[in-house]
Amino acid sequence: MSNHAATLVAHKHPGDVEGVKIGMWLFLFTEMLLFGGLFIAYAVYRSIYSEAFHTAAANLDVTLGAVNTIFLLTSSLTVVLGIVALQKGKQKFAVLMIWLTVLFALGFMVNKYFEWSVKIHHGIYPGSPELLASHDKGEIVFYNLYYTMTGLHGLHVIIGLVVFFVVLYFIKRRPVVTEEMPFDILKHVRGGTRLAVLSEKGDELGTVAELDDKVELVDIRLTYEPVIEKMDPRNIIKLENAGLYWHLVDVIWIFLFPLFYLIS
Amino acid sequence: MSRHAVADAVRTQESYLDVKGRYSGLFGWIFSVDHKRIGLLYLGSVFLFFIVGIFLGLFMRLEQLTMGETLMTANMYNRLFTLHGVIMIFFFIIPGIAGTMGNFFLPIQIGAKDVFFPRLNLLSWWLYLAGAVLALFAIFSGEGMADTGWTFYVPYSVQTGTNVTLALFAAFILGFSSILTGLNFIATVHRLRAPGMTFHRMPLFIWSLYSTAWIQVLATPVVGITLLLVILERTLGIGIFNPAMGGDPILFQHLFWIYSHPAVYLMVLPGMGIVSEIIPTFCRRIIFGYKAIAWSSVGIAGVGTLVWGHHMYVSGQSSTASIVFSFLTFFVAIPTAIKVFNWVATMYKASIKVEVPFLYALAFLFHFLIGGLTGLMNAAISVDVHVHDTYFIVGHFHYTMFGGSVFALFGALYYWGPKMWGKMYHKKSAVVALVLQLIGFNMLYLTMMYMGYQGMPRRYYDHLPQFHDAHLVATVGSWFLVTGLLMMIGTLIHSIFKGEKAPQNPWGGTTLEWQVPTPPPLENFDVVPTITSGPYNHKEEAE
Ligand code: HEM
Repeated sequence: MSNHAATLVAHKHPGDVEGVKIGMWLFLFTEMLLFGGLFIAYAVYRSIYSEAFHTAAANLDVTLGAVNTIFLLTSSLTVVLGIVALQKGKQKFAVLMIWLTVLFALGFMVNKYFEWSVKIHHGIYPGSPELLASHDKGEIVFYNLYYTMTGLHGLHVIIGLVVFFVVLYFIKRRPVVTEEMPFDILKHVRGGTRLAVLSEKGDELGTVAELDDKVELVDIRLTYEPVIEKMDPRNIIKLENAGLYWHLVDVIWIFLFPLFYLIS
Repeated sequence: MSRHAVADAVRTQESYLDVKGRYSGLFGWIFSVDHKRIGLLYLGSVFLFFIVGIFLGLFMRLEQLTMGETLMTANMYNRLFTLHGVIMIFFFIIPGIAGTMGNFFLPIQIGAKDVFFPRLNLLSWWLYLAGAVLALFAIFSGEGMADTGWTFYVPYSVQTGTNVTLALFAAFILGFSSILTGLNFIATVHRLRAPGMTFHRMPLFIWSLYSTAWIQVLATPVVGITLLLVILERTLGIGIFNPAMGGDPILFQHLFWIYSHPAVYLMVLPGMGIVSEIIPTFCRRIIFGYKAIAWSSVGIAGVGTLVWGHHMYVSGQSSTASIVFSFLTFFVAIPTAIKVFNWVATMYKASIKVEVPFLYALAFLFHFLIGGLTGLMNAAISVDVHVHDTYFIVGHFHYTMFGGSVFALFGALYYWGPKMWGKMYHKKSAVVALVLQLIGFNMLYLTMMYMGYQGMPRRYYDHLPQFHDAHLVATVGSWFLVTGLLMMIGTLIHSIFKGEKAPQNPWGGTTLEWQVPTPPPLENFDVVPTITSGPYNHKEEAE
């Protein structure tokens, strides 16, 4: 049996990380423009009703808003730590960081829940008779914008949560990987050779019966479950993209916080 | 390598139509991620809607045949033009070229095996389908189809009892589908060009799709949020546009047109791209001013985002704003005219081979000239104040969108159809259909413009006696037009099932799609080609 150390090149799609990133950034542009429409509305109404915006903003709870800002900013940090950890192969730490991010996001939503319920309790919600009767138009617009913009933002936080759970699922999963390797036999072997697939340590993983001269091409298909430490590199890009999305959610909040809470 | 194969390349792979995938039959289509099959899925679905839209248009014309109530009540007429507008804009013309011809030929023309995100591509078609189902609900449930016009202006769109919310939601979902197509195309053009395919060697159709894709990605979200705000007002009472709550209805119009004006360039740019492919092929020479045409697409896309206010001269927006918008609108005419001059220069002294696609390109030029020049008239504030909301406007935009983009799409069906389904069409009936369309089209819309200039308002189910004769002419024109359209669709369907087998390169085209077998194999190319020259190199053929 002749032993030929031929390197097999897997014919998988090269996985163009750059292109996936382009796609993600384009998606982020659309998100920015979605909110952009609302920011335009805000700018227009604030210039018309600057006085009323001032008064109305005084009713918002700056402390709650600030806590939420800290939550989101910190969660952006934890995501980045998670990405770096995953790149370095420290899977356990990465998972921990993602869970922390999820916790902060949940904290944000809980805060938001209390904030909104207090407002609604006081009769300040869109279309409430109390709001319409006892506040002037500028303040009504302020609250309408407040509910729309923070509401849409909150929806994005929830979507972010779902995305993180999906990423977690992929990281935890032990994917079955199948690789196809067409192998040009003629270049390497003569008739009568036996072909074997060896592991790194040299154990025989599988063999092909003896080949004769007529064989020109052998297709080798490897199916294996990688050990958890050697996880699928595609998870990194998944987490990176989730992180990008999360930063966007964060950045939008950084604009919302001063525009609604700090202008009184 | 020669860009122009002399003999047909030997087929080494099965045609994409014959490949057996994971599923067969219908599922083999609706779950396929092959860009060519998705292109045909889009083609089938947009034409289904187009036919519905045609008949809605025809019924509206029939209503105007006599004075008073002819076929329907005023209320019904309102629903018809709304549905006609929504279908023609959101269901037909926005996905009409990018989704069909773009999906099919963008990867092939840049030497790629598929788009960058094939599964996202399928998702965008499914979203289109979801939008269609919602629209059906909007028509047949509750109070029935919205009666607001396709522009959904507040405050009426908030007050009417008809199914505005569902219709808006359908438009929102279609917007999402359009965004995904745009995103996919940008990523594809950036990442999957074949070796040597530099930006300045890309076919002009790709340039137009690329510019269009940016509009899709950047402008669509703005209309998305605007429509969402109307939905929120209708469902939750968040009256951002409601004056009773301090809101400003004019803001709706601004936000709406910030998208919807760029959207008209989104409709016409791919049409211009098609014409830029057809003209050099049938003139058998390199296109005149390649770079000027390519960059004018980008210019149109860019300037086109800053002209929305010309829809609002009479809305009460500031007159300074109106003047700026008017100036910028005139400005868009420059890149557009650059294209037209270059096309004409390409034809000058060329040895033209007259085939049906070329005739459609000429029809495009003729209609677009009228549409474009009347556009300049509308851009002038003093004229627009006079013709705003009249048939003049309706005539103008049918000349650009229908006479322009849609005729370009028809041309593309004859030009690329043989490549897509591998069959030639019956030339005589194609020409007869075109002549009928030309007669009908111009009888209908030229008359409409004339009436509009005399003061016939749009969106009225009735008319005054002095307009009666003109309405008669227009309605008869619509009969010619519809006959021509149906005949064309018949010719195309006949070609698919009964046409002669098409050769690999029936027109002597030089772009990459003519170098792959007809119909193309699943992965388009056996070997990814290496590109060494620009797209319209007809020289090698002459040598
Ligand atoms: C046989 C073909 C067609 C006929 C007979 C037709 C006829 C009409 C008529 C009669 C109107 C209403 C005028 C009014 O009373 O205000 C109309 C409106 C309109 N049409 Fe067409 N049309 C046709 C094709 C198209 C195409 C191909 C497009 C777009 C690509 C289109 C887009 C529109 C739009 C956007 C409106 C405005 C709807 C509104 O006012 O909300 N039409 N058409």
